[in-house]
Amino acid sequence: MAIHPPETKIWWKEPIHSIEIWWVLIALVWSLIMFVMMPYWHIYGNQNLSNEAYRVDPEYFGEKVEDMVKKYTIREEGDTGIPVVAPPVGSDVFLLARLWEWYPILELKKGKEYRLHLSSMDWMHGFSLQPTNINLQVHPGYDFVVTVTPTESGKFAIICNEYCGIGHHTMAGRMYVTDK
Amino acid sequence: MSILSKSRICPETGLFFDDQAEKLIKWNAVTGVVFLLVGGLFGVLMALTRWTEVHILPADWFYLLLTAHGLDALIVWIIFFEMAVLYLASSTLLKVRLAAPKWAWLGYWLMLIGAVITNVMVLEGDSSVMFTSYPPMKAHPLFYLGIIVFAVGALIGTFCFFGTLVLAKEQKTYEGSLPLVTFGALTAAIIAVFTIASGAIILVPTLLWSLGYIAHIDPLMYKTIWWAMGHSSQQINVSAHVSVWYLIAAIVFGAKPLSEKVSRMAFLFYIFFLQLASAHHLLVEPGLSSEWKIFNTSYAMYLAVLGSMIHGLTVPGSIEAAQRKKGFNKGLFEWLRRAPWGNPVFSGMFMSLVMFGFLGGITGVIMGTEQINIIMHNTLYVPGHFHATVVAGTTLTFMAVSYFLVPVLFRRELWLPGLAKWQTYIYAIGVAGISVFMMAAGTLGVSRRHWDNNFADATLGFDYPAAAHMFLALNGISGLMAGLGGASFCIIMVGTILWGKKKSDVPASAPAPAPEPAVHQAGSAGTIAVPGTFVLALIFLGTFILYYYVNWKYLAEVWHLS
Repeated sequence: MAIHPPETKIWWKEPIHSIEIWWVLIALVWSLIMFVMMPYWHIYGNQNLSNEAYRVDPEYFGEKVEDMVKKYTIREEGDTGIPVVAPPVGSDVFLLARLWEWYPILELKKGKEYRLHLSSMDWMHGFSLQPTNINLQVHPGYDFVVTVTPTESGKFAIICNEYCGIGHHTMAGRMYVTDK
Repeated sequence: MSILSKSRICPETGLFFDDQAEKLIKWNAVTGVVFLLVGGLFGVLMALTRWTEVHILPADWFYLLLTAHGLDALIVWIIFFEMAVLYLASSTLLKVRLAAPKWAWLGYWLMLIGAVITNVMVLEGDSSVMFTSYPPMKAHPLFYLGIIVFAVGALIGTFCFFGTLVLAKEQKTYEGSLPLVTFGALTAAIIAVFTIASGAIILVPTLLWSLGYIAHIDPLMYKTIWWAMGHSSQQINVSAHVSVWYLIAAIVFGAKPLSEKVSRMAFLFYIFFLQLASAHHLLVEPGLSSEWKIFNTSYAMYLAVLGSMIHGLTVPGSIEAAQRKKGFNKGLFEWLRRAPWGNPVFSGMFMSLVMFGFLGGITGVIMGTEQINIIMHNTLYVPGHFHATVVAGTTLTFMAVSYFLVPVLFRRELWLPGLAKWQTYIYAIGVAGISVFMMAAGTLGVSRRHWDNNFADATLGFDYPAAAHMFLALNGISGLMAGLGGASFCIIMVGTILWGKKKSDVPASAPAPAPEPAVHQAGSAGTIAVPGTFVLALIFLGTFILYYYVNWKYLAEVWHLS
């Protein structure tokens, strides 16, 4: 029994039943297939995170955001005073997270590529684009660069999904994607 | 056996109990159950707050009790019970006195003091940092200190376990190799040392940082090393509860491992690869390369998953072999149909095995796939998954074995045996509901650790699909059911200890586990074929493959990222 020492002292020479051998082989093959799926998706899939990230001083990142806001603001969001920014296609766009907001509101074009920079001014935050359901971690002191191509147009929410204190559940931002 | 130590042989089970080891097993297990009660109660409150229409707690209490729930239910209850399992697997199974019992007691008290300190800090309200406590968010220094003290206590207990193994070897209390259950416990203990060392490496500097002696803790470094503790601690659980599965199969059925070699190899895979899983929490992080993520998240080509899939065959396989030996040979599944489903020791263990595999294992591997993690990270899918591994896997298994252990240790008959029969089912259904419905809500994007899924106070609001709120309501109902099952368990255990009918010391007419194994011949080639288990395993694999590719399909539909 499993609560006694093995009955035969040389237990490692005992034969193994064919059912067990088959299962080990099948499970091993499945394990290898799952392992290969990840590099495969890097080559043939469209949803991969880049390996591009930089250490960044929060103040410097904040300035980059402000530069972009100054240059490309097209309107304000309702009466909230939050700028809606439409940066040029293919450019570097910046989104900052801070207690407890996402800033600014970006307006992107469907089917076009943007280099999205994410960073936090204070604590850790979670970028959760809804209802698309893309979730990325946002660290203070790190500039995370992801090349994004929106595949649908409309109004999207950016929910913070990393706990960041008592106002965490009020931290929701917005993003627009236009057809043209 | 040492002459100096007192010991007894259980008249009913024939198990050996060293006096000190027995006391330690009792104290650790009972203390664990107390924390389970506290942590479980907080858990029910979480489920009720997430239920949109009920929303029972205010925001500050939600975050506060969520921190406490994670600590007490995930760490304190389980590690206390694991200490009991370690002492049982060493001293009792090897029939030797416990090494350095005074140290083991010191370990126990440190764990208790640490757990209480951290709980007090959390309940005072200035350490609502979640149990992950990611910097730069800062908790009270005593919050970190409490965890460190708890971990030191657990480390001392682990070394008493190692010492006891050495003692047994020296005194030749057993012949040949360690029993498989002890080997599994040893696996858990080795992973525990790695886990606690990682915890010390990151929490000691964090404590100094919270006191102002260190200026900066890099959040990415913290997360990487913290999860070498946080995730590995769950791998201690896996190793421990798989060992307990083998233990229960042996106790209830007299089952013998199909093949010692294969089962031990599977445990060895755990030791080599399980602790790489820190990466599961870092798949959508900046600053880590895809190569690093892929290698680590897959435990080096899924070799630890292979280990679990092997146990998934060999544990029920050993039961099938034992049952067939007893004559339950009709068709594929008579052995399973005729199993003692009214015995909570078995029913709890078997449901745990099934749910750990189907709900916890499959979803864990899928969520831990580098790219698929993008659509799941930090959503409710994550707690949905780990409630299936930790609660359905570990907690339910520990409940099941308690129905065997507590009457044996306290020499009392089970209190409310009628309720005990049903308790495992009530709890299992509740936990299955929690897992499935949280994962369903997570698939729809609902985030974890979030108080208000209506975004009522947010400047820029958002509405989840109506189905998400339905799943959250079902999660609330399941939470109540699991709470009912958990409370029943605590009541039965406390009742047994206090008011259970005392057992006479006269040996029962027939000792429960047959002293000779149900399957005689050595080596699985000489034993009985287990076609039923193989069919179950193939059903599992089919489900796994199907759900795995469904999620790739989901991923393929989101925005292009590169």
